[in-house]
Amino acid sequence: MNDPRNLPDEHANRSRFGRRALAGFALMLVLALVVAGRFVFLQVYEHAEYSTRAQANSVRIKHLPPPRGLIYDREGKLLADNVPAFRLDVIPDKVKHMDAMLRRLSAVVPLTPDDIRRFKQSLKQHRPFESVPLKFRLTESERDRFATDQWQFPGVSVTSYLTRNYPYGEEFADVVGYVGRIDEKEQARLNPDLYAGTTHIGKTGIEKEYESLLHGTPGYELVEVNADQRPIRVLQQVPAKPGKNLYLTIDQRLQAATIKAFDGRPGAAVAIDPRNGAVLALVTVPSYDPNLFVNGISQADYSALLDNPEHPLYNRAIRGGDPPGSTVKPFLALGGLELGLRTPSTTVLSTGTWHIPGSPAGARGYRDDQRYGAGNVDLAQAITQSVNTYFYSLAYKMGIGRFDKWMSKFGFGRPTGIDLPDETGGVLPSPEWKRKTFHRPWYVGETVIAGIGQGYWMVTPLQMAHALATLAGGGLAHTPHLLAATSDGLGQQKTPYPQPLPVQITHNPADIAAVQKGMLGVVYNPLGTAYRADLGKGFPYLIAGKTGTAERYSRTTDAYNTDTNLKYLASRHRAWFICYAPANHPQIAIAVVLEHGAWGGTAAAPIARKMLDQWLADTPPSERPPVTLTASTRQPTQAATPAPAAVAQ
Amino acid sequence: MNAIAASLGARASRLGRRILTRPRIDLPLAIALTLLALAGLTVLYSASNLDTHMVVGQAARFVIGAVLLLVVSRIPPHLLRTWTPWFYALGLLLLVAVKILGEGQGAHRWLDIGVFKFQPSELMKLAMPMMVAWYLHPRPVPPRWRDLAVTGILIALPAVLIVKQPDLGTALLVVVSGVFVWFLAGLQWWRIGAALVALVAAAPVAWHFMHDYQRQRIVTFLHPEQDPLGSGWHILQSMIAVGSGGIFGKGFDRGTQSKLEFLPEHTTDFIFAVVGEEFGLVGVLILLALYLFIVGRCLWIAANARDPWSRMVAGALGLAFMVYVIVNGGMISGLLPVVGVPLPLVSYGGTSAITLLVGFGVVMSIHAHRKWTV
Repeated sequence: MNDPRNLPDEHANRSRFGRRALAGFALMLVLALVVAGRFVFLQVYEHAEYSTRAQANSVRIKHLPPPRGLIYDREGKLLADNVPAFRLDVIPDKVKHMDAMLRRLSAVVPLTPDDIRRFKQSLKQHRPFESVPLKFRLTESERDRFATDQWQFPGVSVTSYLTRNYPYGEEFADVVGYVGRIDEKEQARLNPDLYAGTTHIGKTGIEKEYESLLHGTPGYELVEVNADQRPIRVLQQVPAKPGKNLYLTIDQRLQAATIKAFDGRPGAAVAIDPRNGAVLALVTVPSYDPNLFVNGISQADYSALLDNPEHPLYNRAIRGGDPPGSTVKPFLALGGLELGLRTPSTTVLSTGTWHIPGSPAGARGYRDDQRYGAGNVDLAQAITQSVNTYFYSLAYKMGIGRFDKWMSKFGFGRPTGIDLPDETGGVLPSPEWKRKTFHRPWYVGETVIAGIGQGYWMVTPLQMAHALATLAGGGLAHTPHLLAATSDGLGQQKTPYPQPLPVQITHNPADIAAVQKGMLGVVYNPLGTAYRADLGKGFPYLIAGKTGTAERYSRTTDAYNTDTNLKYLASRHRAWFICYAPANHPQIAIAVVLEHGAWGGTAAAPIARKMLDQWLADTPPSERPPVTLTASTRQPTQAATPAPAAVAQ
Repeated sequence: MNAIAASLGARASRLGRRILTRPRIDLPLAIALTLLALAGLTVLYSASNLDTHMVVGQAARFVIGAVLLLVVSRIPPHLLRTWTPWFYALGLLLLVAVKILGEGQGAHRWLDIGVFKFQPSELMKLAMPMMVAWYLHPRPVPPRWRDLAVTGILIALPAVLIVKQPDLGTALLVVVSGVFVWFLAGLQWWRIGAALVALVAAAPVAWHFMHDYQRQRIVTFLHPEQDPLGSGWHILQSMIAVGSGGIFGKGFDRGTQSKLEFLPEHTTDFIFAVVGEEFGLVGVLILLALYLFIVGRCLWIAANARDPWSRMVAGALGLAFMVYVIVNGGMISGLLPVVGVPLPLVSYGGTSAITLLVGFGVVMSIHAHRKWTV
């Protein structure tokens, strides 16, 4: 309610308000004139100066990309390096007619259609005032030619940068991998602050797996530049933090010797140290030169790689799936012992053909390699002579449920967890898997042939090596790994890289010793399947091994055929050989697979021997166990097969 | 049949005539606001590097604001006055909510209501003068000490909450709009003088309570050249942009400084610099004139209003509106430290534009219920 005192003063209030309103407006007017005056000052009196400053001076942020961490092998050999190089950069904002400029430029510096195509793609990922790389790795002559004509190409400049280089090329393509230019999809998910100024990112292998360690942290410079983009002075600088250097477990000498042993024949080999899961060699043959990919592989080169019938881009060591064949027998034997289904002295009669108990006459028979069988064999003999019947019956007795449970302990059917991207896990066939994949029920015959490593079973060479390393290591399963340690810079302290804890999957040393006896027989016993390869000849330590010949499972005939005389079947054979040494204190476990091989003993075993020779040469005596075999005992006969005294723990 | 059609038609035309002949909007003010909005959209289009998405978003906000303006203008001022305390309470509540739930870069100023972000402190710029006027409305003018004390609390309450966000700039503006109500209510000149003296004396104390970055802002303002890359960056770049525009500017969409990302915040707080760079002194003066016209019109409407509340509200809103322009313009040209105050109806940002238009709706309503001319 209005105060009655006010009513007569309404008119006075109004005029007072009016005065105040006017005063307020006057104040605003004055202030507005002050602001306007300031603008006049800036835009008329000081116009020339500010104009000049706008044109001539500008401060640019220059991102300092971090130097990428280096990668070394276990002996400190450089596997991935950064070398200085020059590239052509373009600031799109400063180029009036891009296509015309590119045409004129290619007369000075050759630009391939690939270069131009990639450049146009990169344009989309950058803002108009950011520089976009056009051509990497300029040669000296290209640099000189451009330097003389640079004035013709405003907005184009030569920048020095560090490019990735792989001195060992093909040898390590499947381990180290390569870096490549960041593409749109990667650009979308990367942290822009962390990757400002960086053009490359790890695409495969260790480069990709440990990208976050290798990359480092970028720095920046605030640079005052003039109208020609020439820096006048550096106003502020925050240095980049280089990525960590990686030290791998791989030994380059072993890797090179392994590749040489393959002699161009397609296949793969993996060597693991059973004591800690360190991968000593990881080889796929044939391979490719990763340096081609760093700055963008040319269409021609890439087509050549794709069209090569041996598939060099396919990393067989960690992706290639083949049936393991007889190499699974030691594992199955161990399972039989652990489950109490067999003892080392239980014998089984092998007659050349085995039938499922209770099957009707005329039913399908499962064949041995030996036409009329091997007679009564115990566990060691069954392994040494690779007697199928022993294992058919064992697998049958076990049943696929216990079989799968036991085998999966060794890592079959799933990836090993090695620190590489794109590892596959193979297939451990089971009724569930078969139902899910083929919508068909499990047949007991498939259990039987699983006993000799045939059927749907698929393993990678890495899985085989890992399973063997677990066995050789006394049942202690380490996760295979490639990264041993990191360091912060040259000459800095190496920090071991933490690994997951190992898992003890079986405890019984006596059982393992029984199996090992059979595996020693493979090498040294005249009836052993690798005896003819003279595997142990001249090697100072006992080698325990197993051969395997994997038959590609025929889907059309629903059967397999061990008759290797048929030429068309020979092309589908894979020859396996797995071994570890020294048998009493294993330090290296090897798995080798050879495509187009015939028998595992004669084809794949020599490669393993050459790897063992290299291992011997690389390991100084102080790091090896004392030599157990003298010249006279180097080729023990069946009677003199030594019983391993101290079994590997 | 014909009779029904005829009567419907008659009703429609009567309704139409009613809307058109009894408009609640003040045409000159409406035209000025429309011109300002259009100018703002044009400059925004250039400043945002021809981002139609941004311009359409801002235009949508203008449309929402205009609708609200029309709605509010139809509400008679006495109703608005009765609702004022609730409005003020709501504002306070939202400020408290922002303290607890708010988000924003380094400061809690925004409430995310899913569809858009909302700044309660903007709401306070409208609610506060209304509240102070509401209190002073039935009381004798000039205001007595007691009234000043009570309204002082009404002003201080939201101001403190906003300062703690922290947003010193907006808090000061909210206080200023309250002070304008005092001024228009007839606060004695000698008291005004005394207050100013007290303010000057209190400056060192205020300095002591300021955050580091706020002090830094003032130091940089006085000597922007000393720190060309830190907080002086904005000021220097802004002045370079403005100065290089000259009398006639570089032309629409030709502003190099703002385009090449030398000028940060060029779609929001620093958009006036884009005006300076692209449209030159001419553009700046035209814009200032437009603002002055709007303020003058508001004050004229206030002078012709029917009751004290209407007078004070219309006047304070108009004066405060101009203060935003002065502060922003001063900031751009290096006269004032950088305080984060947007340019009304031109800077990109929804809450500010919408609350301003709602405020103008109140002014329109006051105009529609002006005193009868005898």
